[in-house]
Amino acid sequence: MYPNKATVEVLEQAGHMAEVRGRSLWADARSRFLKNKAAVASMIVLLLVALFALFGQVFAQWERDFIDFSLIGSNARQGVPSFETGHYFGTDASGRDLYARTVQGTQISLMVGLVGAMVAVIVGTLYGATAGYIGGRTDNLMMRTVDILMSIPFMFVLILMLVIFGRSIFMLFLGIGLISWLDMARIARGQTLTIKNKEFVEVAYATGVHPAKIILRHIVPNLLGIVIVYATLLVPSMIIFESFISFLGLGVQEPNTSLGALISEGAANVNNQVPWQLGFPLVFFVIIIFAFFFVGDGLRDALDPKDR
Amino acid sequence: MTEPILSVRDLSVTFDVPKKGAWPWTAPMKLHAVAEMNFDLMPGECLGVVGESGSGKSTLARAIVGTVPSSNGNIIFEGADLANMNPRERRVHRRDVQMIFQDPLAALNPRMTVGEIIAEPLVTHDPSVSRAERKKRVQELMARVGLLPNLINRYPHEFSGGQCQRIGIARALIMKPKLLICDEPVSALDVSVQAQVVNLLMELQKDMGLSMIFIAHDLSVVKHISDRIFVMYLGRGMETADARTLTRRPEHPYTQALISSVPIPDPKLEKLRKPALLEGELPSPLSPPSGCVFRTRCPKARPDCAVGRPPMLDLGNGHFAACPYHEPVDLLAAS
Repeated sequence: MYPNKATVEVLEQAGHMAEVRGRSLWADARSRFLKNKAAVASMIVLLLVALFALFGQVFAQWERDFIDFSLIGSNARQGVPSFETGHYFGTDASGRDLYARTVQGTQISLMVGLVGAMVAVIVGTLYGATAGYIGGRTDNLMMRTVDILMSIPFMFVLILMLVIFGRSIFMLFLGIGLISWLDMARIARGQTLTIKNKEFVEVAYATGVHPAKIILRHIVPNLLGIVIVYATLLVPSMIIFESFISFLGLGVQEPNTSLGALISEGAANVNNQVPWQLGFPLVFFVIIIFAFFFVGDGLRDALDPKDR
Repeated sequence: MTEPILSVRDLSVTFDVPKKGAWPWTAPMKLHAVAEMNFDLMPGECLGVVGESGSGKSTLARAIVGTVPSSNGNIIFEGADLANMNPRERRVHRRDVQMIFQDPLAALNPRMTVGEIIAEPLVTHDPSVSRAERKKRVQELMARVGLLPNLINRYPHEFSGGQCQRIGIARALIMKPKLLICDEPVSALDVSVQAQVVNLLMELQKDMGLSMIFIAHDLSVVKHISDRIFVMYLGRGMETADARTLTRRPEHPYTQALISSVPIPDPKLEKLRKPALLEGELPSPLSPPSGCVFRTRCPKARPDCAVGRPPMLDLGNGHFAACPYHEPVDLLAAS
């Protein structure tokens, strides 16, 4: 039986009635990203590392700040990584469980990276977009402020801050937050200058949209691609930065630890036949850094297809 | 006689152009993009604005919608002076004056769906309208401008140029504005699509009783859509008349040259006429010629043209020309 003409027409109409889901630029970027094998693999590795940092403590047999005095001095023989003793990664020079400490070190290092990147994305993007959109004297004032802040040697200031106000994680986060947004503000401003002369921004202005809404609705979504790429590349550099501070002994304080502090300790004991004290933190550190770089690369290819 | 919906009086727009290599405090050069412009627009009328590139057509449009600040003069829209208003008041008045842009794709935010784009003026000026009502109005309007309403969730890059221009038109019309300014709305489109868009605009103008300012450099399109045509040269008004008179019997030498440059789609007629082509380039608006700005390229220029700006002469029947030596010339206009 063939449907008659009227039925066909109704069916055709029904076909047109259904709302079609659009394919946003974000969806396009996602499919491009998923085609990049190295980036996807790195993403999975990062997820595993994050799970390790979040839930690794559950599997630890020892408290991370429990000092086993019987091990001190005989670390090289009795603190060897093994499943029997429950020290999966061995023990450190004070006889503490290195597995539990690596979990915490990874936590803190990832936190530092993410906090730095988040401050950069939120403060830097809004600051740069505002400066670029308003332009003129305001822009000059805002960007010269950034220039001045950038000209201060921040490592020096951070070390001074940590010495004067005491060494705490909060101070470290504050210090990292203070510097991370400067570059982002410049990048966001540069992008905004090109976007604000596009006609859709002029349309929004002519329609009577409030300037703050124009920045949030029209400018920020269009520069977010570059901001995301830069933020993913910023995370590892923040981690390296924190590790350096901790390596100097100024960052995270005992009994807390970070990957940088662990590496520092491991490096100090590198002559005592305890290679695991340097090896395990270092492996995690390198994995995190590499994975972030690969993901950042994949995101750049995905979000900026003209660049290939 | 009815009151004009829009009166432009002595409107000037100047841009500061910093001199190269000068000190920061030396006064910048002034670029007169639009100088002492005067015209009226009646309710329901379509005014075509023509002129070659760089004659200030787009700047005029942008000054009226207020994306470019005017340096002098008044823009009186329904009794309120748009040119001298603080930003907050101005934002409220923007709902009645909407604009359609030249590049259809560039005028749409690539990160927003078509529904969001069209609804933006509504969200801005009438935030109280519910989501469902908003969607209904957007879909009605999409159907009205010839788009399938089920494409509401698509993104601009999924549409063709003509469709993008329809989206732009829908966005401009959702607030039911009184004045619509079209800045070369069809010059980026295919000829066949141009006709569709122009016809859609004419239809909408008739149905919604819109007043329109239609800017283009293609005289045949302008003639088709406009009731009255206004000719600009180097930021100044040269001649204005109803569309038929202006294209058949122009009086100003610049208009005559402009119209004779339009090709006639008939090779026999085209061969018959002698085009009065203009020599040279448009003078720099940084240092416009003294007196009549057109005198450097005018075939009828006399020495006294350099002295004083020629006033707009009333030739009767709403025909004005800014040339004391005007004479009508019958032209084989493109039809």
